[in-house]
Amino acid sequence: MLLIRCPYCEMERPELEFRYGGEAHVVRAAEPETIGDEAWGQFLYLRSNPKGLHAERWRHTNGCGRFFNCLRDTVTDRIFVTYKAGEPRPELAS
Amino acid sequence: MRTGNGGRVDRSRRINFSFDGRAYQGCAGDTLASALLANGVHLVGRSFKYHRPRGFVAAGSEEPNALVDIDRGNGRSAPNLRATQVELYEGLVAKSQNRWPSLAFDLQALNDLAPAGLFGAGFYYKTFMSPRGAWHRLYEPFIRRVAGLGHAPKLPDPDHYSQRYAHCDVLVVGAGATGLAAALAAGETGAAVILADEQAEMGGGLLDERTASIDGLSAANWVGATLARLAAMPNVTLLPRTQAFGYYAQNFLGLAEKLTEHLAAPDKSQPRERLWKVRARQVLLATGAIERPLVFPDNDRPGVMLASAARTFANRYGVRPGERAVVFVADDTGYGAALDLHAAGTEIAVIADLRTAPSGPGFEAASGTGLRIMPATVVTGVSGNLRVSGVTLGSLAADGTVRGGEKIVCDLVLMAGGWTPAVHLFSQSRGKLAYDSERQIYLPGTYAQAAQSAGACNGTFELAQAIAEGHAAGAVAVGTPGTRSFAVTGAIAPAGGFHGAVPHDRNPEQVKAFVDFQNDVTAKDIKLAVREGMHSIEHIKRYTTTGMATDQGKTSNMNGLAIASAALDKPIPDIGLTTFRPPFTPVTFGTLAGHSRGALLDPVRQTPMHGWAAANGAKFEDVGQWKRAWYFPKPGEDMHAAVNRECRAARSAAGLFDATTLGKIEIVGPDAAEFMERLYTNPWHKLGIGRCRYGLMLNEAGFVMDDGVIGRLAADSFHVTTTTGGATRVLAHMEDYLQTEFPELKVWLTSTTEQWAVIAIQGPKAREIIAPLVEGIDLAAETMPHMSVREGSICGVPTRLFRVSFTGELGFEINVPADHGRAVWEAVHEAGVPHGLTPYGTETMHVLRAEKGYIIVGQETDGTVTPSDLGLDWAIGKAKKDFVGKRSLKRPDLVKTDRKHLVGLLTADPKVVLEEGAQITVEASPATGTPALGHVTSSYWSETLGRSIAMALVAGGKGRMGATLHVPMPDGGIAVTVTEPVFFDKEGGRINA
Amino acid sequence: MRFSFPRMLKEALNGNAGWPEQWRSPEPKASYDAIIVGAGGHGLATAYYMAKEHGMRNIAVLEKGWLGGGNTGRNTTIIRSNYLWEESEALYEHAMKLWQDLSLELNYNVMYSPRGVLMLAHNVHDVQVFKRHVHANRLAGIDNEWLTAEEAKAFCPILNIDPDVRYPIIGAALQRRGGTARHDAVAWGYARAASAMGVDIIQNCEVRNILRGPDGAVTGVETTRGVIRSKKIGVVAAGHSSVLMQMANVSMPLESYPLQALVSEPIKPIMPCVVMSNTIHAYMSQSDKGELVIGAGTDAYTSYSQTGGLHIATHTLEAICELFPVVRRLRMLRNWGGIVDVTPDRSPIIGKTPVAGLFVNCGWGTGGFKATPGSGHIFAHTVVTGEPHKIAAPFTLDRFRTGRLIDEAAAAAVAH
Repeated sequence: MLLIRCPYCEMERPELEFRYGGEAHVVRAAEPETIGDEAWGQFLYLRSNPKGLHAERWRHTNGCGRFFNCLRDTVTDRIFVTYKAGEPRPELAS
Repeated sequence: MRTGNGGRVDRSRRINFSFDGRAYQGCAGDTLASALLANGVHLVGRSFKYHRPRGFVAAGSEEPNALVDIDRGNGRSAPNLRATQVELYEGLVAKSQNRWPSLAFDLQALNDLAPAGLFGAGFYYKTFMSPRGAWHRLYEPFIRRVAGLGHAPKLPDPDHYSQRYAHCDVLVVGAGATGLAAALAAGETGAAVILADEQAEMGGGLLDERTASIDGLSAANWVGATLARLAAMPNVTLLPRTQAFGYYAQNFLGLAEKLTEHLAAPDKSQPRERLWKVRARQVLLATGAIERPLVFPDNDRPGVMLASAARTFANRYGVRPGERAVVFVADDTGYGAALDLHAAGTEIAVIADLRTAPSGPGFEAASGTGLRIMPATVVTGVSGNLRVSGVTLGSLAADGTVRGGEKIVCDLVLMAGGWTPAVHLFSQSRGKLAYDSERQIYLPGTYAQAAQSAGACNGTFELAQAIAEGHAAGAVAVGTPGTRSFAVTGAIAPAGGFHGAVPHDRNPEQVKAFVDFQNDVTAKDIKLAVREGMHSIEHIKRYTTTGMATDQGKTSNMNGLAIASAALDKPIPDIGLTTFRPPFTPVTFGTLAGHSRGALLDPVRQTPMHGWAAANGAKFEDVGQWKRAWYFPKPGEDMHAAVNRECRAARSAAGLFDATTLGKIEIVGPDAAEFMERLYTNPWHKLGIGRCRYGLMLNEAGFVMDDGVIGRLAADSFHVTTTTGGATRVLAHMEDYLQTEFPELKVWLTSTTEQWAVIAIQGPKAREIIAPLVEGIDLAAETMPHMSVREGSICGVPTRLFRVSFTGELGFEINVPADHGRAVWEAVHEAGVPHGLTPYGTETMHVLRAEKGYIIVGQETDGTVTPSDLGLDWAIGKAKKDFVGKRSLKRPDLVKTDRKHLVGLLTADPKVVLEEGAQITVEASPATGTPALGHVTSSYWSETLGRSIAMALVAGGKGRMGATLHVPMPDGGIAVTVTEPVFFDKEGGRINA
Repeated sequence: MRFSFPRMLKEALNGNAGWPEQWRSPEPKASYDAIIVGAGGHGLATAYYMAKEHGMRNIAVLEKGWLGGGNTGRNTTIIRSNYLWEESEALYEHAMKLWQDLSLELNYNVMYSPRGVLMLAHNVHDVQVFKRHVHANRLAGIDNEWLTAEEAKAFCPILNIDPDVRYPIIGAALQRRGGTARHDAVAWGYARAASAMGVDIIQNCEVRNILRGPDGAVTGVETTRGVIRSKKIGVVAAGHSSVLMQMANVSMPLESYPLQALVSEPIKPIMPCVVMSNTIHAYMSQSDKGELVIGAGTDAYTSYSQTGGLHIATHTLEAICELFPVVRRLRMLRNWGGIVDVTPDRSPIIGKTPVAGLFVNCGWGTGGFKATPGSGHIFAHTVVTGEPHKIAAPFTLDRFRTGRLIDEAAAAAVAH
């Protein structure tokens, strides 16, 4: 069970308090009508699914209820950083 | 045989127990294993494949052979328990397993007499294939019967289990010398420490020591003193009988604690076991090391055991496991065991050391004691079937060849093959192991989590060093690094060791030298696997099943690896290591399931009116976690009769229905209407205050996700209802878009599902019935038309009163605060009874709505259905630029005209009710493989119409009105006519009454 | 060398010295007519049928670890074909027919055991969904029958059908031809048969890049054992499909999740069939060795870790102990994880890609094992001919553009 830091509550809480929300930074077009079928299909379904660092959304469902983002290594499940929704993906110092 | 004195057992307290129906006596403090050995019983089990007689190999959790069934009666039986871990209690009843008719005479042992090698590794992949189907019909049933170990209980388990979470600064796993020192160092700083150990008594290997002393105390006394200090610290939790079995991400560990298994008459209110879910800042692994057997011919005879096990039996339990022993060593600790047994009164016939020039304190001491030592000597065979009767020795030449040697009579053979650090938990934590090629052991390398290893599991075998390392690690774990030294005397540390198959001079095809005892895997099997192309250790493991028995290879993995390494002529690290998986030792299902049992498996959600419904004879159905009143049968009525009566009442007078389970969300804020515009297909800006609208929600892919009636309470406030099953999903969906796509909107979402009880009253007399109860609302049709909402009070309770209908009748849905739900329900019911008001359940609700062609999301839809498919184009705001799902509706497949459309179906014979889920075809008896046009989504007997009705999704259905199609059933096709999916009051006169 | 009982006896008397390697372990050649990436069951079956049915012999199967070591060797081996949509029915039934003769075909006992798969209904909605399956399957000629709770208990006597439990069993769908097979044997049997026909199975050979020519078409792969050329590459890499396809700049509609399973200690037979309960997330059968084989759920998040949280396993066991109360005192012996590649509609992707010469077979999610022979058979056709087999035709990548999904999950909420 992961231990996840909610950037709003500013504390680490167990995974059971959260709900996973899929890949982060997949932006819905402001004017979807202008998007072609190909690109729209990609928005709906294509995901980077990386083996390594993954920017993903979580929601503190049984807590503050807020969505936030998280950088996690999908090989080790180590969480590097969580950040608030709307903030850009942080660069990690290597 | 029991020794005269010494050990941890209480010779004055005799304990009666039975094994295979025979009565024995042991002592308080015994395990079943030590008690049996004290009675001279070595034969305790049969092996998996060859059914060879087997005795104790080990004294702890690594034991592969001595698996027994313990039965306390009434479903309290458990198979496959290790006798070495079963604590003796008065009246214990144990049985051996996997033998017929008896342990001493097992007919399946005939397997062992088959031509050598016939049942070798993977034999079952090469035969039992023909003719077609024979495997399943003929061979598999036989193999299944002979496989398996013990029997499952016949009755449900009456015991209960507990679980808890715990947090600590330091979790120390293993309470041997190292773990005790670590706990002490950490505990002294005041840090929260949990010390867990799998054994009943803490102290680990120190309890086996006869001669060792620490800081001037005997090992046992040092344990006692240390434990006393730890017990006095309120910040330290001691958990004996507790196996840390699994190490998960971010220092989360699972611990299984045994609470009552050692008691003769446990208090029934006590849980049997407890699962600890521990989150630790620091984990300190002090899990010790496991002694390796030596792989030589017939090394599995009862009476052949690990040297360390014999030592444990002798020193800790005061049991002499034999009268005359041959000790076969490759490691200095074997000499220590020989000395201890010698001291216990066992005659040491010879110590055979496969090393040419043994050395070390153990060797010196044994030499000094005058024990007979033969260097460069191996055991090449063991005689005796149900018990060892002797061994044959051979002398090992420098070139590795063996020359036959003398035969020695003995009843005990000890194996000291060296020690394997127990890195199981470290490896589970995803730490990377490092191979120490000099000592040929795997050790913790790179850590993946906040953990340390200390002592034997870290390769630090020497006692003084291990204690110091444990103490230092404990200090580091709490951030106060420091070192301390411990004065140790009289301990013999592991030094030496051997991996792989011991050379011998016998025909290799005729002998069995076991690597994995329980699964009957021999050195030959591993070589065969390699010969057949299994070059990865995982292939070897799976092909031979080595390491896959209930001990998960604790004693066999390294020997197996070494034999494979030799066969492949590759160094051990190049072959790989099989993955260590949880649990370290098997964990009871019940412990893992814990309290989630019976009604506690999943929360039950009940409405405030549940008790009334139950008292009035309702049958309930499960909808998600909810219990919903399904129908209210009167005496003598079946479901059909009850539903018909309920339907008649609702259409002719009025019906009363509990609609509380519908999801409810309060949407408030200056941008509430704009938010609604984006989340629902319908337009909302112009919806008048006090008016309602049917809302349709799509997912982004354009498929119908949910629906419900939504009332506008104020310019900035909506009362949204959702389906019962969709409530949580819809709120999450809304929050997702609000927070991440439309954060600029000023809107607040609140789930109010539990706040409102909802009482639906439907039928021509609905208004008449509630009018006297309602205050502050004008119910007249002109002032409160269909699809409106008003706030006022009913029975003195504030209400949001909706005039809505899911039946096609004049109807109201009375929302009152949940606490008042039952009282208002009862008041309405009482007021309505004279008018013929009848409670109805979900089944009648389904029939009534189907008569009107109202869909149920999840029944008419299945995640692949668009608004247009359902004929709900009218619910889409044509002028809207965007809403969730809108773009997707224009995707090529979603605009096709031959999609499946919702239609009505009327059977040619009005008495025939179609089966829901039945398929629809053009022909009455289509050929197998004919694609269906669609399926029946809803089907009922309509009492109102005096005939059956059905709804269906049919390909191109909109273009098939009036056509005759068929519903093919096993006994022939049923002709149906395609209609519009509205069967009753198409004009809507009743609903607007 | 053919496997048979007389041969076993002969070899046993000869000290088992005569058994040859079941598959060769060759060095990779510089080029092949086709390369299959991934030596799991699906990849090996693909190579086997390419050789057997299409006469293509110059094939390499590249595997980064050991053959059969991914989901093939980690799944709970459930086989069934009672799917809902016609496309799926055709796909899984194609596999089912191949299972029936697979041991004889491969001369390797894969222990296909049609012991019946029972899918439990716990509420009215389940009944509706399963009956829809029963009717659809009957029309397609696929066996699937409806049982009452009592009939289900007669079929699996340790089931608890007490109506007063939290989620009572109110009926079940039974596919009698459904069952299990021995997962390792499937991989090994295909490997042995393919190798015998000349297919090179190259283990410990990780693909690092997919090479493409100036026209964009594939020209080979770069591996940890050097560059290997081929104009046809079939990626059959399950959980790692996204990673591999990205090497050719093809993004996939896939997410890789940890899927857990566990076994009990071996016991004497108590469980004659496979039981699945999707509503309360529990799947159980008993292996021939006697272990109860239990499928748990996926963790919530994507991961390549091949492990997961303890709460996933405990949640499954809660349900298992309710369905089968006599197992509560049995013990979990081993708990492990695989990486399952999940598509948005829970149906696989089999076919061509936007890159010439590059083919993909992935997205089998939690249910790929059952399809192994069929998947290999139709993908072999696709790779060799360059055009989808007619059964594979609906399972294109393009469906995510058009919206023509084959949504088994949405339709039934039934796990595989």
